[in-house]
Amino acid sequence: MAKPVIAALPPWLQRTLIRWGVHPDDRKRPVADLPVERMPLPPLLFLPLQQHVGAPARPVVQIGDRVAKGQLVAEASANISAPVHASTSGVIQDITTYPAPHPSGLEQPVIVLAPDGEDRWLNTSPPADPFALEPAAIAKIVAEAGVVGLGGATFPSAVKFALGLRVKVTTLIVNGGECEPYLSCDDRLMRDHADEVIDGIRIVMHAIGARQAKVGIENNKPEAIAAMQAAAAPYPAVEVIPVPAHYPMGSDKQLIQVLTGKEVPFDGRAADVGVLVHNVGTCRAVQQAVRKGHPLVERLVTVSGGAVPAPRNLLVPIGAPVQALFDHCGGFVSPPARVVMGGPMMGNPLATCASPVIKGTSGVLALTPAEVGDSGVNACIRCASCVAACPMNLMPLEMAAHIRVDDLDGAFQLGLNDCIGCGCCSYVCPSSVPLSHYFSYAKGALSNNERATLKSESIKKLTTARTERLEREAQEKAEAAARRKAEREAAKAKAAAAAAQASKPATEEVSS
Amino acid sequence: MLAAVASLSVLGASLGLGLGIAARRFHVEADAVVAELEAMMPGSQCGQCGFPGCAGAAQALADGKAPVTVCPPGGKTLAQALADKLGISADLSGMGEVVPMVAGVREEICIGCTKCFKACPTDAIHGAVKQIHGVLKEACTGCAKCVDVCPTEALSLSPVPLTLQSWAWHRPQPATLNA
Amino acid sequence: MSTLPSSAAHAPHAHSGTTVSRVMGTVMLALLPATLYGFYLYGWPSIWLWLITVGACLIMEVACLRLTGRGGPATLWDGSALLAGWLLAMTLPPWAPWWIGVIGAFATIVVAKHAYGGLGQNPFNPAMVGRVALLISFPLPLTTWVRPVPLFAAGSPGPAEGLHITLFGSGVPDALTSATLLGHVKTEATRGMDVPHALAELLGSAPYGFGWHSGSMGETATLLILAGGLFLLAKRLITWHIPVAVLAGCAIPAAIAHALQPEAYLSAGHHLAAGALMQGAFFIATDMVTSPASTSGRLIFGFGVGLLTWVIRSFAGFPEGLAFAVLLMNACVPLIDRFTRPRIYGHGKPAGAR
Repeated sequence: MAKPVIAALPPWLQRTLIRWGVHPDDRKRPVADLPVERMPLPPLLFLPLQQHVGAPARPVVQIGDRVAKGQLVAEASANISAPVHASTSGVIQDITTYPAPHPSGLEQPVIVLAPDGEDRWLNTSPPADPFALEPAAIAKIVAEAGVVGLGGATFPSAVKFALGLRVKVTTLIVNGGECEPYLSCDDRLMRDHADEVIDGIRIVMHAIGARQAKVGIENNKPEAIAAMQAAAAPYPAVEVIPVPAHYPMGSDKQLIQVLTGKEVPFDGRAADVGVLVHNVGTCRAVQQAVRKGHPLVERLVTVSGGAVPAPRNLLVPIGAPVQALFDHCGGFVSPPARVVMGGPMMGNPLATCASPVIKGTSGVLALTPAEVGDSGVNACIRCASCVAACPMNLMPLEMAAHIRVDDLDGAFQLGLNDCIGCGCCSYVCPSSVPLSHYFSYAKGALSNNERATLKSESIKKLTTARTERLEREAQEKAEAAARRKAEREAAKAKAAAAAAQASKPATEEVSS
Repeated sequence: MLAAVASLSVLGASLGLGLGIAARRFHVEADAVVAELEAMMPGSQCGQCGFPGCAGAAQALADGKAPVTVCPPGGKTLAQALADKLGISADLSGMGEVVPMVAGVREEICIGCTKCFKACPTDAIHGAVKQIHGVLKEACTGCAKCVDVCPTEALSLSPVPLTLQSWAWHRPQPATLNA
Repeated sequence: MSTLPSSAAHAPHAHSGTTVSRVMGTVMLALLPATLYGFYLYGWPSIWLWLITVGACLIMEVACLRLTGRGGPATLWDGSALLAGWLLAMTLPPWAPWWIGVIGAFATIVVAKHAYGGLGQNPFNPAMVGRVALLISFPLPLTTWVRPVPLFAAGSPGPAEGLHITLFGSGVPDALTSATLLGHVKTEATRGMDVPHALAELLGSAPYGFGWHSGSMGETATLLILAGGLFLLAKRLITWHIPVAVLAGCAIPAAIAHALQPEAYLSAGHHLAAGALMQGAFFIATDMVTSPASTSGRLIFGFGVGLLTWVIRSFAGFPEGLAFAVLLMNACVPLIDRFTRPRIYGHGKPAGAR
């Protein structure tokens, strides 16, 4: 029996049927209603070589090189990798390490670009008609433009395209959910550039061989829905569908479920149920790459949070330090309790505001203590609010109980790997148990354990190989010695025999 | 009263006897256990445990003469696995602080004598005579055998550097949980 | 390049604002109407008993927290001890002597809660442990019920007199004693009287269910308890599964048995309205700590509680069985939880997948 396609039902029924998730205060307005501003160029841009899932890019420029906006500065280094381009025209000042936008604040390799202020694009010749191109050719353009998933997953888009062609994908799901509170960059994008987004969606459909596209937009963005529906009107294959504003609707698995009634199998991918998900921002980045020849060098970033006096959506060059974004929005009215990259539900806290904006940065938030709502941790009262909230149907309280006593395998048995890290459980917990934190810790510890096991296995192999080699060498040595001895003896015997024989004919020979 | 005391004593004594007999009767021969334990060890015979190789450590473990935390290269993972195997609960909280180490060559003082890579139990050091040696981080167990043999002290151990790939969230502070 | 203080804080960086004390407070709010009605019905002795029970629970909570070194004042004021004491007081005979409340509080807080590790760790419902411990240890005071003597009515003791009854009470005056409906039916059944006659003897033609009869505070005002329960449902602090399952678990077998043998079995209506079933369904069985976490588990648990209550009421020596039923089902919770884990998204046979 097929599950109902929730998005096709009347709203009241949708509310009843969606049994997971939470309703955080969305705090998207008034920022979402303000026009986008282009952020002035900061004095330096820091372009990390790793802004995507996969292998880091390999620099192709030297210190002192002059580059144009959109020029390749680091190339993809593996099948799953993405190139990096200059976000503006200027001079390569350094190739060094710099704090990553990551909770650890660890440094990562970056290319430092000093803008020259001209913001001069590299001349390119985009194809006249992308729909006349082979899908693989589009994937190539997209790969070379460094487009990655802009919803935050930062998986190289072209790799996903190739997957779509390999497995038969019928439906492109376009994620315009933007369910995280505060964030409104996708909302703004759909309102301001609906035509380009729809164009991008059609290009992606062509590239992956999908027959239809379903654009899911949360119904708290009526302006975006209207703009997108108007832009999609000429194309019956592209359907713009309002979905309930319900966190985490913007999670791929949940959006697929609501729009198609299908569940992605735990050991598979979305493509296994015939769909592929791309974010609206990604679709526009594809459109810009294909139509204009512009690689991914800038993006919309929501700058918000209670500590920001003039929150805004900014058009930011990739590599701009987060501090520059806050400075442009008026600094901090009060010291923020937390600075977060991404949304408040899943975003990563930053160790330093010096870290750069990267391709996957949807927002930077400076949150006040009141917004964070930090209260002390209490004991779990087994209220099971987390069970009701979990969009994956997990039992967070039980998983956390196992992790608390260091039974990581027990947590794994209960479905730790199915956890999407949405944070719903922690959000609703009346005891403020850091459930999401427990799960991240356990996932990290398990993967480190796995790495350690792999290493010890490989070491064991090396040791055995060494032992065998030493034995072989010893044996060879022994054999060689034996051989030499045998040879020596043979030679001696021969010599002796020769001598013995020689004693008779030698005289003859000598005499002859 | 007396009857109760007597009956409980008899019950206790007979149960104790039963357990004693069972322990003798179903005693697992140590050799099988030792072999299994040895198979779990890294097998690099590095000697960091203070026993003669991994087999020695396995024997000591089986005899109860060594803690499950005996093997530094195996780390917490191995300690847990050994504890599970031996059916004992081990306090591994102190284990986390044992930082995994990796050897490194200071190239400016390496004379290329090849002593280290003859000593390395995992062939983690590469190079040749009169050439600067290097360490394959993936294969190094941090056993320090190379450090001991290096004539110029060009080899030293340092903690395995934390990278964005190996970084993981710390454990939530249990102190904040009142249970 | 200053380091921000927040770097170790994991997402989410927001919280719904729900706290344990808010949860407990809402439950108390839901209990308030029935409690006030109970105070009105049984007068000052019931008020004193309530105060003593709750006070004893709080004092023992403080003592236990001190001794075990768990938590600080915030843990005391999370309201869990107050609520446990309140629920216990609701199940006691309103004119019971003070030491009943204190011993009950000891069983509730020290034995049932802190001996198991404090809030969230106890497998058994603390208030029900308290009540059962009292019922088994002191059957007489626990089964001596008083007829409603409303505050300010003639014969109702004043504050001082009420305190005297609670502190030095030599039991309820004979003129005021009365059996509960379930107790009466059970007693008469042992004398060979059938159910309809026993009921007629106790109630005459008066209706049942509005509280004007003897019993504990929690069992008389059935409708107010129901209203409080609906309030909790509306506030989404409890889900419908446990209450509905408890009521169904008792009412369905009761209705069948009554239809087959009306002279031997009480009707479903009497079962629902009498005794502690309603309070048990909405306030006791729904205790978060001691009930299953999954929805299907809650249905099984609730039905078990209801069914066992009916069985004990109908066949066992005790007239009321809710406390026993809850404790028995509490013991099954880990097992129920284990076998009713929800199907994880993307596992099993997901509908619609190829």
